[in-house]
Amino acid sequence: MAIFGLWVINKAGGLVYQRNFADGLAQLTSNEYLVLAGTLHGIHAITSRLSPMGSSSGAQVIEGESFKMTILLTVTGTKFVLLTSLAEVSAESTLQKVYEAFADAVMKNPFHTPEMPIRSEGFDTRITALIGSSQTS
Amino acid sequence: MAYAQPHPRLSVLSNTSQSSIDHLSPTASSTRFSLPSAPSVVSNKPSAPRPNIYDRNLNKTRVSEVSASAFSFLFSEIVQYTQKRVSGINDLERRLNTLGYRIGTRVLELMVWRAESSSKTPKREIRFLPALMLIHTQVWKAVFGKAADAIEKSVENADEYMIIDNDPPIERHISVPRDMSQLSCSSFTAGIVEAVMDCLGFPARVTAHNTPTTQFPSRTTILIKLEKSVLDREELLK
Repeated sequence: MAIFGLWVINKAGGLVYQRNFADGLAQLTSNEYLVLAGTLHGIHAITSRLSPMGSSSGAQVIEGESFKMTILLTVTGTKFVLLTSLAEVSAESTLQKVYEAFADAVMKNPFHTPEMPIRSEGFDTRITALIGSSQTS
Repeated sequence: MAYAQPHPRLSVLSNTSQSSIDHLSPTASSTRFSLPSAPSVVSNKPSAPRPNIYDRNLNKTRVSEVSASAFSFLFSEIVQYTQKRVSGINDLERRLNTLGYRIGTRVLELMVWRAESSSKTPKREIRFLPALMLIHTQVWKAVFGKAADAIEKSVENADEYMIIDNDPPIERHISVPRDMSQLSCSSFTAGIVEAVMDCLGFPARVTAHNTPTTQFPSRTTILIKLEKSVLDREELLK
């Protein structure tokens, strides 16, 4: 059980926040993360149109052999992506709490520009408290 | 700073050289206060017996609470709006202070009305330390719902007092970027305190400063620098 990393993707597909918490995935350069996030954004847009039953929320979980990618799409189009090990069961609830921290520490911060990279100490602290603590348990 | 005028800080919001009395009167400058045209609103709905907000009993909202999230968003917009119209951190702090000042005058009036109007022996604080305690507990409780954490007296300067809040509610969601690290959004609170001091008859200059500790990263000190006349009067009252 481990949480490897967290991404926040804005509604245009740009990576506005990226942080690693544990080793286990290949280390990438920031440019590669940007490309990956953009790709995921595209894939997500496709998956949301694949449903035969009308509209769909798009991909929620993508699993690989060694990791799991849980995606939370908010009503405003911001995506929270959590990269975890396959056994991690708390990914969804963690993402909800990340969303809450985002609403508090980013959207209520007058020095944050919407859709721009997140540089908020308060958000960093909240995420450390949230994921740092869930790792030890 | 020019202390000659009674309230030099009230004229910050406009470039015109109106006297400060004009700023205090809501009718003299309708652009600044944007008063709703209340009579027309009421007359448009003859069937709705909803009372005008100005006629509402002031005690009605005494214990009601305000959404902290809604306030955070509003205050965030206030800071962003202000930031777009200033040239530097000092200017920004001064404008926040001015906005707070307008609240402070009303807070004191409302507080005194609620606390003293029913009393048989209404009183007014005329000594400085009880007035400071009033701000520390009563004003803080009226505005933030909790008392401030400490009052300190400056060791170096006899005219300086400090009110300390370990976790100011208005700054709870604000992360000031590093290049503006000396900015304290609690200048807004400082404005409220300054207005209360002024209206109680203790003219002072009030500023806010970040004094973080490891336990309380957003600890803020509201520094009150009293005018000399206040200290002289305190000396006489002894």
